[in-house]
Amino acid sequence: MTAILETRGLTRRFGGVVAVDQVDLAVKEGELRCLIGPNGAGKSTLFKCLTHQLKPSSGEIRLGGRNLERLPPHRIARMGVAIKNQIPSVYGGLSVQENIWLAARRAHSGRALDRMVANALAEIDFDSDARASAKVDALSHAHRQWVELGMLLVTEPRLALLDEPTAGMTRDEMLKTVRIIRRLNEHSTIIVVEHDLEFISLLAKRVTVLHRGRVLVEDTMERIAQDPAVREIYLGSQWQPPAVNREA
Amino acid sequence: MARLRNYLFVLPVLLLAAIGPSVFEMFGLVQISSFATMALAVLGLAFVWGFLGVLSLGHAAFFGLGAYAYAIAVINLGESSYAVVAAIAVPALFSVLLGYFLFFGRVSDVYLGVITLCVTLVLYNFTSATADPSYHIGAAPLGGFNGITAVPPLNWPGDPEAVLEVETMCRLCLIVLAAVYAGLVVLRRSSIGRIMVAIRESELRSELLGYDVRLYKMLGFTVSAAVAGLAGALFTAVNGYVGPSAFDLNQASQFLLWVIAGGLGSLAGPVIASFAFQYLSTWLGTTGVNTDLVFGAIIMLFVLLRLRERLPALWASASRFRRPGHRVSAFTAGPRALESGE
Repeated sequence: MTAILETRGLTRRFGGVVAVDQVDLAVKEGELRCLIGPNGAGKSTLFKCLTHQLKPSSGEIRLGGRNLERLPPHRIARMGVAIKNQIPSVYGGLSVQENIWLAARRAHSGRALDRMVANALAEIDFDSDARASAKVDALSHAHRQWVELGMLLVTEPRLALLDEPTAGMTRDEMLKTVRIIRRLNEHSTIIVVEHDLEFISLLAKRVTVLHRGRVLVEDTMERIAQDPAVREIYLGSQWQPPAVNREA
Repeated sequence: MARLRNYLFVLPVLLLAAIGPSVFEMFGLVQISSFATMALAVLGLAFVWGFLGVLSLGHAAFFGLGAYAYAIAVINLGESSYAVVAAIAVPALFSVLLGYFLFFGRVSDVYLGVITLCVTLVLYNFTSATADPSYHIGAAPLGGFNGITAVPPLNWPGDPEAVLEVETMCRLCLIVLAAVYAGLVVLRRSSIGRIMVAIRESELRSELLGYDVRLYKMLGFTVSAAVAGLAGALFTAVNGYVGPSAFDLNQASQFLLWVIAGGLGSLAGPVIASFAFQYLSTWLGTTGVNTDLVFGAIIMLFVLLRLRERLPALWASASRFRRPGHRVSAFTAGPRALESGE
């Protein structure tokens, strides 16, 4: 399998602070990669660079072999990159249905569009009329995150970037999110930033650890959990892997 | 039914067009025509500001450009049909040029307001300074502060002698107002219109979904300019006169006032407000009361009223944080009902 996303020497500076420092990242088609690291490690900045919400200071990003240099964010989105930012970015004043419709409308029309919207609403459990017509502003944080995931699902992205999709969720809500993300992974390559280690153990095969803007180590979750450097800076030396129920 | 309801506002306008000429005197009909052209102009601003979130302080610039374009073209051509086309095309093309720099140059909202206002004032100063007879376009002198007078009214297409009667002109203005209103409702309900509202809600999200925000903003800006230009042409045809006052601050702020009073995000509201305020202004003119003072008080009142509308919601959310679970108000019932449905 070939790499769908490749970065070489990707760097982003804010004045004297180097938020993302010479990051080389290669993600294969169909992969579900987790990105972990302490606060300020540069995870969100890396995501914003990948979608050109922030312009990289140097280095290059290749998507399916194509250099993204100078492309505006909407062109990158059209190439099949969808992102869920850390702070939910949804249309607060519009209904859930309208949010999903707007996400699907970019690439579809007519009957196919209606079907896709209905499917996505069912996927995130918003298919009853009352729930689909609710204003997004009136929803809880967890529900807003699901609406945003639904917007990602419906665009059928090649690459989905998820920044803390389970932040502020209860365990049950987190497990439902895991199901939605697995569905998304059937057609899309996914990179997900998370702090919830149970969530990561459930989902990820390969994990990349960022620290101070650099890639510290990249390996399977089992090996990462044993890595002394990772335990030192992130997991804590007393940390034990959670008992994972794979059926969830 | 829900679809038809959006077009209901067309009915009273068309009704006025149907019975107006048999109810009102000549002077009243000219006034209604004039009011209707200004109402048409404000529709353009209500659209671009209310649906796309682009606050253009220079809506008067497009209105004035349309008015001048009509006057200059009709004097030179001697026939009004192409003059109306010119009055739509000139401000539309100007808005494309201006919009290119504003939207593709990523000018932020505040500067967009400042720049559009400055453009209006530049046009005001320019047209005011053209009193010298050497300032003329073809047979049309620009006339400086006095403007262009004795502008020919509309005629039936192809026949310059067949000038429209006052009654017909009044009907035409109202029908155009109704038609443009209906057209903007169609646009609002189309895919393009829904995407425009989405851009108003969140530019970032629209961009990340792959929509070219700059193009949609430019499109909306141009539609609003074209509507204002058409309104300017009809206004000039009704009054037979256009002057620099079309570009002045008073004119620019009136459009804003009407949209605020009529409700941002509504199309019918600003139209109704424009009729009400123009009537009030004319009536105050006969009483000798200071119009600016009354309008100033009314603006303040509207700002305060809007605050009062928002207060209940503010109180509900504040008390929700203070006393969690104490009382489920209408404001909090929705999302809670959703969560318990898990």
